[in-house]
Amino acid sequence: MFSAKIWRESPQRYRLEAAKCLGCGKVFFPPRLVCLGCRGREFEKRFLPWRGRVLTFTVIHTAPTPFVDMAPYCIAIVEVEEGVRLTCQLVDVDLEAVEIGMEVELEFRRIQSNQSDGVLCYGYKAVPGGGE
Amino acid sequence: MAVGIIGYGTYIPRYRIRVEEIAKVWGMDAENYKRGLMLRQKSVPAPDQDVITMSVEAARKALRRAGIDGSEIGSVYIGSESHPYAVKPSGTVVAEALGATPEVHCADFEFACKAGTEAMFVGYSEVKAGTVRYALAIGADTSQGAPGDALEFSAAAGAAAYLFGAEGVAVEVLQAYSFMTDTPDFWRREHQHYPRHGGRFTGAPAYFRHATGAALRILEMTGKRPEDFRYVVFHQPNGKFPVTVAERLGFTREQYETGLLAPTLGNTYSGASPMGLAAILDEAGVGDLILMVSFGSGAGSDAFVLRTTERLLEIRDKAKRTRDQLDKNQRYIDYATYAKFRGKIRKR
Ligand SMILES: [Zn+2]
Repeated sequence: MFSAKIWRESPQRYRLEAAKCLGCGKVFFPPRLVCLGCRGREFEKRFLPWRGRVLTFTVIHTAPTPFVDMAPYCIAIVEVEEGVRLTCQLVDVDLEAVEIGMEVELEFRRIQSNQSDGVLCYGYKAVPGGGE
Repeated sequence: MAVGIIGYGTYIPRYRIRVEEIAKVWGMDAENYKRGLMLRQKSVPAPDQDVITMSVEAARKALRRAGIDGSEIGSVYIGSESHPYAVKPSGTVVAEALGATPEVHCADFEFACKAGTEAMFVGYSEVKAGTVRYALAIGADTSQGAPGDALEFSAAAGAAAYLFGAEGVAVEVLQAYSFMTDTPDFWRREHQHYPRHGGRFTGAPAYFRHATGAALRILEMTGKRPEDFRYVVFHQPNGKFPVTVAERLGFTREQYETGLLAPTLGNTYSGASPMGLAAILDEAGVGDLILMVSFGSGAGSDAFVLRTTERLLEIRDKAKRTRDQLDKNQRYIDYATYAKFRGKIRKR
């Protein structure tokens, strides 16, 4: 991944920065310039919580090159609050134990780690919830 | 004005490998290491974890306990001997993830296993001097031992983060002191994958001389005796050294066992004594005196005399405790998986 792209996406990947529409209150992650609900263009910044529940998931066996060493792994859609979802890996878990509805926490992890000379890309991944 | 710890947090990866599993591969006697070094297992970072990721997790817990916002942090110091980049600070990523940028002073520290307490020493000093309002100091490592080396039984992963401030102090720093000489007991040259060490030379002239020297002098400076302390924590490269030095100085099991994590955690290098301190803070009462002594090869020790306040009781349940992370949800792996996770298998 290009270092400029990593840098551009870091507010979302590092801090879960989302945008809440000032017109209708809808929350977008990643942020948008125009609200899909009311066409509004004014937003306020907000941070999503680092926990949620699995809405659905799949297990990847044939992985794209940067993730080959991790296969098989779980990709989950996690709902972090009413209507706000994100897609990420679910790690530190037995793949057979993953269930729809399970509580997860988000942790800061390396997203791509198999290059030895590139910029490291960090972001969120889900882990089984322990209830903090 | 009392200056001290206003928030703290730790992070321990969930993976573990047992001493038997490592000994089996290299034809070594597991019982020998378990008895001799008092090590039963160690933590292993997942392939997507490093000093930066663990530092962020530990620091988030510290912020939650302190009840302050990341943007209020004035300095970020990370001590480690396994920073992910050879050139580029770990602290920039961590500060960005915590929302501390751009008005923040940041530096990565290195001093083998005492880089974490070095960060604490500087962070505390800055708050005391009034240079910054809040300073974040982190000790974290994902250290490696060469395959088959005795170090492989102990080199583990973990992080501890401390926020220093002058308001809402949960643990006062009564004295900080550093004791250091040039002693080449352990080193790693540029481009070398694994460190080398002086075998038994790492004991008497290195660990014991510096840990003892720092402890004796700070006791003298503060006019305290071992029996005045409720808790003591030393750097723990294994389970044996910290017990030996504690008992030589006149401390008892009741004083050192709370902070002794190495038997089931391994040696987290820069994280070691700071994580032991966190385990103590998870349990301590109000007004308890704590002595903390780190050790870093090269070699030196930082010592702190600390006293808990009532504030500690208000903050400590706001984040996951160290022993809970250590004792719950472990995922045991075999040596082959460990070798893959730690990049010990070359693919090309
Ligand atoms: Zn809208």
